[in-house]
Amino acid sequence: MTPRDYWYCFVGVQKREWLRFWQQRTRFASALVRPLLWLVVFAAGFRMVLGVSIIPPYVTYITYETYIVPGLCGMIILFNSMQGALSMVYDRELGSMRVLLTSPLPRPFLLLTKLLAMGSVSVAQVYVFLLIARWGVGVRPPLEGYLAVLPALLLASLMLGALGLLIATWIKQLENFAGVMNFVIFPMFFLSSALYPLWRMQEASPWIYQLCLLNPFTHAVETLRFALYLQWNGEAATITLATTLVLATLAIGGFRPQRTRLLGMRIN
Amino acid sequence: MNVQALDIGYRYRHDPVLQEVSFTLASGRFHALLGPNGAGKSTLFGLLTRLLALQQGDLLLGGRSLRRQPAAVMRHMGVVFQQNALDLDLSVMQNLLYHAALHGMPPREARRRCAEELERQRLDMHARTPVRRLNGGHRRRVEIARALLHGPALLLLDEATAGLDLDSRTALNAHVRDLCRERGLTVLWATHLIEEVGDGDRVLVLHRGRLLADETGEALCRRHGGTSLTETFHSLTREAVA
Repeated sequence: MTPRDYWYCFVGVQKREWLRFWQQRTRFASALVRPLLWLVVFAAGFRMVLGVSIIPPYVTYITYETYIVPGLCGMIILFNSMQGALSMVYDRELGSMRVLLTSPLPRPFLLLTKLLAMGSVSVAQVYVFLLIARWGVGVRPPLEGYLAVLPALLLASLMLGALGLLIATWIKQLENFAGVMNFVIFPMFFLSSALYPLWRMQEASPWIYQLCLLNPFTHAVETLRFALYLQWNGEAATITLATTLVLATLAIGGFRPQRTRLLGMRIN
Repeated sequence: MNVQALDIGYRYRHDPVLQEVSFTLASGRFHALLGPNGAGKSTLFGLLTRLLALQQGDLLLGGRSLRRQPAAVMRHMGVVFQQNALDLDLSVMQNLLYHAALHGMPPREARRRCAEELERQRLDMHARTPVRRLNGGHRRRVEIARALLHGPALLLLDEATAGLDLDSRTALNAHVRDLCRERGLTVLWATHLIEEVGDGDRVLVLHRGRLLADETGEALCRRHGGTSLTETFHSLTREAVA
């Protein structure tokens, strides 16, 4: 196989993900409604309750809306990744995953390409959300921040996409997916710095604070937050990168031919 | 291109699912892999298509080993799975282009090959139709077009007629035989329906994970004294159980 073959395959998988996304445009709208509700309704209610002091990367007092925007970006990626996991379970049950896995190209490359394709769709949705937040709600990070946040968004989407892929290897049936909502999405989102700064959490409950620190989503959100304000949070980025590598390795390992059940193979 | 399965074995947990399965597929011929439900056909297909890991044995396609050169082997193999493996929300053309990309085909060449293949399969008028709107027979034809897109030498079909009505089953079977004749394709057609096996076909009988026969239907009937393939097949599988 030549580098050109890899490139055409990469483009083809990206294209398919975007076509599917285009076919399911209502999914795009619903993916935006959720964070916008949090930004407009939830933030309005909690603005007065949750004071936000000056903490890095912010250099002045900020509104609660400003604080939660990076967390809501993470939320979009998190929900999209789990939606991606759901569609992979669906693909597996329908058999279209087999088409991907019988390509002559190496399986790790195919799965990483799929992760990047799903990630690129999530990133586009985040940018639409950021623009609405800028013009609709007045959350205005520096313009260069929109560019600086791109690698952080891609990293976060890879990390959460790999988590979704790993979950897809665990779930036997579509019906089990509701459990993912309760045991993965909600704990990950609420036990993080997405909605409230960690110092607040530390004041409220030290052990919940420790859980937040262990949650890789916290570090993904902090990487996004710092990048959006043109700062670098090395610790958060390193933890996010390391988690991405571990999850991607486990997820790709989960699709080895030795793991028959995951491919929906019937053994008889 | 000759195909050789060498001593393929597979265990699931501790149970043997396939044992010492060896056969040769002659270039450009139609071969029927016949076996009742649960014989191990789908497992064999899983192993040949790398969805399952080969635990024992190997497949040689034109001298290339599936174990050592999987990419080279997969390049020359087209597969139609038992389950529908098309993206129902995408059009026929979009499904084919996706497959072409997975084989590293340049977009221009992919478009040309897709158009040619759709025309050959008499599906060109459906190129822009979402797969969801096609009937079962047409969907199967799209899957065959997709499997042939990259010009494979070997076409594997696992219970390709599952879920089709009698007319569609007969038409699909005849269609694959035509392809075999016209293009010199080597075909392995797995089925549990004896009526899908033709007189001159080479028949591989798989039962409980073992290959019981590998010869033409006529030779098989002669050797076992059966008056029809159905009778011979049933006596063969009964004997194996006894």
